[in-house]
Amino acid sequence: MCEVKVITGTSAAAEAAKLADVDVIAAYPITPQTTCVEKLAEFVANGELDAEYIKVESEHSAMSACIGAAATGARTFTATASQGLALMHEMLFIASGMRLPIVMMVANRALSAPINIWNDHQDSISERDSGWIQIYVEDNQETLDSIIQAYKIAENEDVLLPVMVCLDGFILTHTVEPVTIPKAERVREFLGVYEPKHAYLDPDRPVTQGPVGVPDCYMETRKQVEEAMERAKKVIKEVNEEFAERFKRKYGNGLVEAYNLDKADTVLVAMGSVCGTIKYVIDELKKEGKEVGLLRIRTYRPFPKEDVRELLKDAENIAVLDKNISFGFNKGALGIEMASILKNKKVCNYIVGLGGRDIKIDDIKTIINHVEKAEDDTTLWIGLKE
Amino acid sequence: MQFPREEYFAPGHRGCAGCGAAIVARLLLKVAGKNTIISNATGCLEVMTTPYPETSWRVPWIHTAFENAAATASGIEAAIKALKRKRGKHADKKINVIAIGGDGGTADIGFQALSGAMERGHDILYIMYDNEAYMNTGIQRSSSTPFMAATTTSPAGSKIRGEDRPKKDMTMIMAAHGIPYVATACISYPEDFMRKIKKALSIEGPKFIQVLQPCTTGWGYPPEKTIEIGRLAVETGIFPLYEIENGEFRITYKPAKRKPVREYLKMQKRYRHLTDEDIERIQRYIDEKCKLLGL
Repeated sequence: MCEVKVITGTSAAAEAAKLADVDVIAAYPITPQTTCVEKLAEFVANGELDAEYIKVESEHSAMSACIGAAATGARTFTATASQGLALMHEMLFIASGMRLPIVMMVANRALSAPINIWNDHQDSISERDSGWIQIYVEDNQETLDSIIQAYKIAENEDVLLPVMVCLDGFILTHTVEPVTIPKAERVREFLGVYEPKHAYLDPDRPVTQGPVGVPDCYMETRKQVEEAMERAKKVIKEVNEEFAERFKRKYGNGLVEAYNLDKADTVLVAMGSVCGTIKYVIDELKKEGKEVGLLRIRTYRPFPKEDVRELLKDAENIAVLDKNISFGFNKGALGIEMASILKNKKVCNYIVGLGGRDIKIDDIKTIINHVEKAEDDTTLWIGLKE
Repeated sequence: MQFPREEYFAPGHRGCAGCGAAIVARLLLKVAGKNTIISNATGCLEVMTTPYPETSWRVPWIHTAFENAAATASGIEAAIKALKRKRGKHADKKINVIAIGGDGGTADIGFQALSGAMERGHDILYIMYDNEAYMNTGIQRSSSTPFMAATTTSPAGSKIRGEDRPKKDMTMIMAAHGIPYVATACISYPEDFMRKIKKALSIEGPKFIQVLQPCTTGWGYPPEKTIEIGRLAVETGIFPLYEIENGEFRITYKPAKRKPVREYLKMQKRYRHLTDEDIERIQRYIDEKCKLLGL
């Protein structure tokens, strides 16, 4: 029925792209993403995956080639990290503006300078406003499942937006975990063959794509992207449900995952692999009779405002963990968003794990103790050397 | 050569009167025909042909950014291959994938993407329409601006005589990639240009044509002189016409007797600051270049 392999996060991503039967891969190596595109190169070389693999000379060209391929009607995949994602920056807006359902794995890694290959979320958070759907996963199984789901979301006619699936560099990309790999036929049934109906390059139906958007029309195209993001919320939930029915795995409601929220006055809000550590701490505290909750944000864009408000309506102490920093505001991106939608609540922000600094169990406990005693909204850097 | 009657570049674009880029596009599509996909870099040609909701393109056309027409074309070419092989889509036809960019988008900011696409061996034709400066943004110098030409960022002043570096030799740089076909062309020699496009499209693999396209606004001459100036560029040896097919070099138009460069320079405002001494200097430089090519 299916197979369990003990594999890294990048291998899980490569397996997912193979299962999605992608037509074109354009990729450039960058740590800690590289092992993903190496695996895909192997699949193509061995004939396990029938795809065109473009060995581009930069990430800028990787995204440009994906745009060209997607605009021609091909199912397209790429992967990157850190500086590579930053180099793609310009093209990310073009992919979303042209409404191309490209899927990309991002191995989250800190941005230079100083150069640092380890994990934080500054790279993808810096692309927050690029019009890409952003999914942050907790483990390797979710990496594989999310990339498969990402095609179903991106190619939905109500969405038609590119999706990046973000996994923590090294923590997930280079750590092996057992991952259940579904059968290719079942994934094919779930995804279907990609048959674009919208604009694509075809000599039998000449269309002009990416023209000059004069002031008379530009704003409307931006509004359409925003509306597609809003519709994506519903689609992501539906895809999560359908995936659960077929493959017996689900991730909260697709947008957020609630863990021990019902009885808890103190709630931690976070994204990515640190949620695994938080869940462990929550379970430990439960044994001591203390109830703490976790709200895991799975899709950072579109941002699940309504779900967050509803799920946190009774929470008293809200601790938001951010693996990124908005310089000049001394808060992380998630901290800023949470404060903006929970106006009458105490929302403390904790800057954690920048550039791969370890987030220990004791750090999570420190955060819980701090937020419970804090009198107003504060920002604290956790794990900083004296 | 028979000129096909079909026009895949529609009339009514927003180009200047006497625009050479429009002529490049029109001749290109006459030869390439219906089964063509164009990847256009940001620049004059893109801006003047596609102010939404209007378009001058009767073939599928895409613009993504300034520096990546070749990379976008790589993706298009790969997608066509995959779709043909996996789903039998477009199985009945050969599709010409053509990237087109100005000298700035090709020789400067687009150089990396172009080199990558050529080196990887994609079956695409790249057309560099060369008007020797950034014309779309108001005539700034590019690496393809010729020695001593005045532009807004290489103005002729009391200390500096316009552009202080010689024109970058893009065709020879592309030839060094070892691709099967490179050529120079000029819109004033339409048959030569169209023959080269036709030949390029018959060859599998990466192809590059640099086509000189006089620019009335940037060079400073009356619109009706576009063709005449292009002809003089070739007749004086300033812009020689040649092709290199599988490593074999061939001059495709040899002027019976080269005209003095003065005739070409004197017609354009961008050279109006030149003294007799300057013109002499340019003449010597062109003579040396022509000697190398056997002109």
